[in-house]
Parts: sequence; structure tokens; C-alpha cells
Amino acid sequence: MLGGYVISVLAAGWITLSLAFVSLILAVVIGIAAALARLSRSRALRITATLYTSVVRGIPDLVMMLLVFYSLPALLSQAAQDWGYDVYIEFSPFGAGAATLGLIFGAYMAETFRGALMNIPRGQLEAAEAYGLGRFRIFWRILLPQMMRLALPGFTNNWLVLAKATALVSLLGLQDVMFRAKGAAEATAKPFTFYALAGGFYLAVTAISLFLLSRAARRYELGVKELAR
Amino acid sequence: MSWDIIVENLGFYAQGAKLTVLLTVASLAISFVLAMPLALGRNSHNAFLRNAIALYTLVFRGTPLLVQLFLIYYGLAQFDLVRESLLWPWLSSALVCVILTFVLNTTAYTTEIFAGSLRHLPVGEIEAARAYGMSPFTRARRILLPAMLTRSLTLYGNETVMMLHATSLASTVTLLEVTGVARNIALNYYIMFEPYVTAAAIYLVLTLVLVLLFQFAQHRWAGYLQARL
Repeated sequence: MLGGYVISVLAAGWITLSLAFVSLILAVVIGIAAALARLSRSRALRITATLYTSVVRGIPDLVMMLLVFYSLPALLSQAAQDWGYDVYIEFSPFGAGAATLGLIFGAYMAETFRGALMNIPRGQLEAAEAYGLGRFRIFWRILLPQMMRLALPGFTNNWLVLAKATALVSLLGLQDVMFRAKGAAEATAKPFTFYALAGGFYLAVTAISLFLLSRAARRYELGVKELAR
Repeated sequence: MSWDIIVENLGFYAQGAKLTVLLTVASLAISFVLAMPLALGRNSHNAFLRNAIALYTLVFRGTPLLVQLFLIYYGLAQFDLVRESLLWPWLSSALVCVILTFVLNTTAYTTEIFAGSLRHLPVGEIEAARAYGMSPFTRARRILLPAMLTRSLTLYGNETVMMLHATSLASTVTLLEVTGVARNIALNYYIMFEPYVTAAAIYLVLTLVLVLLFQFAQHRWAGYLQARL
């Protein structure tokens, strides 16, 4: 009997993982955009990006999630009604969760990427410009590959925090590992067993991520270590 | 817009903010005291001690805080041994469970931060202390701990902000801190926008205060590390 519940909790693992991956992609895209904006020549872009990263990092994840899931649709519905449309806007827990996590971790990624970009020697940019490479080419061929290496430790850290933060989306009603564990805990009156099971799932995700990302780090650092010696 | 409701309920927000600050300060104060010896143990020559502390930090840093909170608040009741013990009156209180969880969680992070800076201390400082014939205790009190704390200030500052934000999870186990108050007002008056925005603003202000405090502390106590650059 317990076995069925265990399977139902672990089967929700793919929802947790797909939420984490969708959020990660969003966060990386937002993070790169915000990092480039913070380092750009335009003052307005710099100020907007700085404001975004500091405001988002000043609000708890849970509150941010409630803002996106409850406050934003309420505001949009109100606006729609003021314009004369009779619609009620609602977000799905998955969509709201991915958008929130993308927004939050975009800010953290932006800081990581900005630090990495600032550590790329300026001479390389000048050399690329001297070769007549376009701006997009410079980003794709010179900045991005080196940014990957320099940003990897921060990226690893952000990913681990993000994977754990997905548990909060269960509070919006998404049927992820945490939500199913809660259901099983209440149905079987064995809360410790099922929350420990959920904890074990997240711990496994952390351990596997650490293993894979440290191998990736070793790969990207191959050339550098040689030079340092 | 119904901001008048928020103005009417400002008293509740003030109480909520008080509880948020209390939870943050209590958890940080207890974990600060616990993390110092744990950080020394994390780098000790005794392999058993070192690995036991590493396992503790891995488990608490590798699982979501929400899981840990539910495990302690709901999970412990599964065991008759716990329910019949003398500790049960405390362990059945939400406030005690919340603080216990927060302390266990933030101590794990703080221990790793402290232990990390300890590993980066110049070997010469420790050798000099040995050459002066200081006992291990004097060495820790006069050399290791002060140097460790000043070097940890930036990362520890981030951890305190994380802790402040983590207190919002206390609302999931019935405590009425800022997020809990916002949720209550949202449900009582059926307004979804204003309560959460107010909560977010309160967290932003509290975060700003913490950041400024740590900038001051950095300037005051870690200035000598900056001067070297």
C-alpha cells in the first residue's frame, strides 16, 4: 500500500525536473541579457538592469511567487475590465512558477555572468574588433565560451538553489514531488516517511548535479590550469 | 485599488514585521554561536568529526527548507516516542519548530562559509601563533576566529539576507509574520494585489537595512583586507 504512494511521489519527479529546467533556461536567458545590459554603454539600460537585480534579490522567493500567481492576474483582470473586456485572467501554477523562478534566478545569474564577463581580458575584445568581427560574433565566439568557464561555479550554486526552490511551487498547487509527498503524508498518517522521501529526492538531484557539473568544470579548465603552471 | 484596507491593517503588518525580525535575529544569533565551533571541526584533523559535519551540511544544504520545515513540524508527530517525550509541548509549537528548522538550516550554510574562509587563512598566521606557544584554544580565540569572521563578512552578509527571506516560509505553518499577515488580509478582504505588494515592500526595506549594516561592518572590521589590494 505504501509502495503505491512512494511511486506516486517519485513519479512527480519529472514535473519537478521539467519545472526546474524550464526555469533554468529562462533564468539563463534573462541573466545574460541583464548582465550585458549592466555592462552596456547605455545609461538607461544599466540603471534598469541594476534596479531589476536589486529589487528581485530583495524580495523572498515565496512572496515573489505569490505576487506573480495572485497579484499580477488580479491587476491584469482589473485593467482588462477597466478597458471594457469581461475576462478573468488566471495563470497555471506551472507557468507562474517557471516565470517567477526564471525572474528570480535571472537576477542571480546576471550577477554571476557579469562577474564572469568582467574577468575576460579586454585585450581579447579589442583583438576581436580589430579582426572585424561583428558584435554578435564577438559574443558568440569570444565572450560566451570563456564566460561558461568563469561562470560555472556561480552557475552551479544558482542551479542547486533553483532546484530546491521549485518545492515552493507546490504551495501554488503544482503536483510536484513536494505536493505529492504532502498528499501521501496526510493519506497514510506517515508524514516523516514521505517528507524524508521528498528530501531524499532533492538530495539526489543535488548530488548528481554536483557530480556532473564538477566534471564539466574540470573539462573547461583544462587549458587554463596548464598555463597557470 | 483598495489601499485604505492596507492602511487600516498597518498594525498587523507591524506585528508581522516584528515576528519576521524576531525569527531572523533568533535564528542567526543561535546559528552564529553553533557555526564557529562546527567550522573549526569541519577543518579538524579528526576524520570522523570532519566527515560527520560535512554530512550534516550536505543534507541540510541539499534539501529544500520547506521539506525540512514540514519534516520537523508535521513529521516528528509520526513517532510515539517523540509524542510521549517531555519535549513534546515544545515540539508541537509552530514557533519552536520554525526556529529549530531555521537554525539547523542556516547553521549548515554558515558553517561552510566559515570553514571556507578558515581554509584560506595564510598559513604563516597560524604558524606564528604556534611559534608563540599559544594553546589550541588561545589560537582559535585570538587568531583563527577573528580572521575567519572578517574574511567571511561578504558571504555571511548574503546568508543573513537569505535567512531573512527564508522566514517567509514560517507562514506555511500558521505563523503570522509579514507573509502570513499578507495572506490573511488577501483572504479576508479578497484583494490579491495590495497585501502582497506591501509585504514585498517591507522585505525590501528590511533587506536594505541588512545590506547597509553589513557594508558598515565590512568597512569597520574588514578594511584591512581591502587595503592590501
